Amino acid sequence: MDVLPILIDWLPYLLSGIVSTLGLVLVALGLGVLLGLPMALGQVYGARPIRWVVGVYVWFFRGLPILVLLFLFWFGIFPAIGLGHLSAFVVGAVVLGLRGAAYQSQIFRGAIQSVGEGQMIAARSLGMSRLTAIRSVILPQAMRIALPGWSNEYPNILTDSAVCYAIGVVELLTITSRIVTQTHITIPIYLAAAGIFIVLNYGGLKLLHGLEKRIAIPGFGTGAM
Amino acid sequence: MNDNDIVLKVEEIYKSFGDTEVLRGVSFDVRRGETKVFIGPSGTGKSTLLRCINQLTIPDRGRVWLDGEEVTNSGARINYFRQKIGMVFQNFFLFDHLTALKNVELALLKVKGMGKAEAREKALTELRQVGMEDWADHYPAELSGGQAQRVSIARALAMDPDVILFDEPTSALDPELTREVLEVMKKLARNGMTMLVVTHEMGFACSVANEVLFMENGVVAEQGPPDLLLNDPRFTRMKDFIGRIDSRMDD
Repeated sequence: MDVLPILIDWLPYLLSGIVSTLGLVLVALGLGVLLGLPMALGQVYGARPIRWVVGVYVWFFRGLPILVLLFLFWFGIFPAIGLGHLSAFVVGAVVLGLRGAAYQSQIFRGAIQSVGEGQMIAARSLGMSRLTAIRSVILPQAMRIALPGWSNEYPNILTDSAVCYAIGVVELLTITSRIVTQTHITIPIYLAAAGIFIVLNYGGLKLLHGLEKRIAIPGFGTGAM
Repeated sequence: MNDNDIVLKVEEIYKSFGDTEVLRGVSFDVRRGETKVFIGPSGTGKSTLLRCINQLTIPDRGRVWLDGEEVTNSGARINYFRQKIGMVFQNFFLFDHLTALKNVELALLKVKGMGKAEAREKALTELRQVGMEDWADHYPAELSGGQAQRVSIARALAMDPDVILFDEPTSALDPELTREVLEVMKKLARNGMTMLVVTHEMGFACSVANEVLFMENGVVAEQGPPDLLLNDPRFTRMKDFIGRIDSRMDD
């Protein structure tokens, strides 16, 4: 069976799946930082009610399987709050992002807490407000500490994104399945999809390692010196 | 002595941590240009006292005045007072992600709102003061303890404080590095900087301090010029303490 020409025929279609998958990952990662970082700050510096809310959020999104979360939001929560018209792509990306935020908040929290307490004391002793100290002293250090662990979220979300297949997001795995149905070629097509996932994984991690090196500072072990 | 010379007034400071009374009513006045040295056994509240002055620790009772303005209970204005009360820590607490220069610049930019060029100029001047201008582009991890401490002194100086609090500035350093830091501090004292120094360096106390306060059990037990406390037979407690440290050193 001559698979290669068939694969090449379907390549543009596969590529559209790559775009969709990467879109899911980027939105989810971005949302994860946007929500996860304030959540981490709330957990470290916030008053008790804030810490409690964040704790419940993290418990909820880490406690449920990704598939359950997707169905819950797709069939239940979004329609119930009048957002039933949202596309599967948007719902998938948002759910991945909300879930990612829970995990990422804990990566950021650990990093913030591992910045020595003397850094805050020194900053305050110079007359900085707590907010200025967090922004100018704590976060620049915490983000460097967090980056290696945070990088791990990329392959996690990339592989998790395939589950969005279940609510009909037209991402890489959905497209792969459609090609399989059309061509009746199974293993080679799935292998091609697997190869694409591996390449995306490798490329993304390479970029993140590059970033680690770029922001590395003497004595600030990111392990990428 | 005229009251206008008093830059810092500390009144009846009390502080407990749990059941432990660390400070039990400490009062003193600091005149402009004066160096006061605090000596005493560990755990007698010397460091806590310094932290109560700039409110890094909130005292249970008592008041602190800087130039006639109350520092205690000053709410958000505490950030204004802290600019005027510099602090140098035992473990330096340099900002680990910034070069020596940026360490000194940061509060000039973020707190004083200085322009970049002006802040850089000011920071370089202060680094020169402490003999660290050649190390301006080095990160804290690349500095020796003595160098790091000198940078942290420059960082405090850059704010043009009315008084600097030194919390055991040489306790983390070996004797040679201690000497280079003490040299800088002596120079500051000679140039008229007002300093409160918690230290175990008797040599520094004797040569620089206008007044030594010997603290024990949360109170100032003896107070006076170093010569007096060391030589006048009416004062015994600090001499006893020093005797105890010296005999320990002989072991």
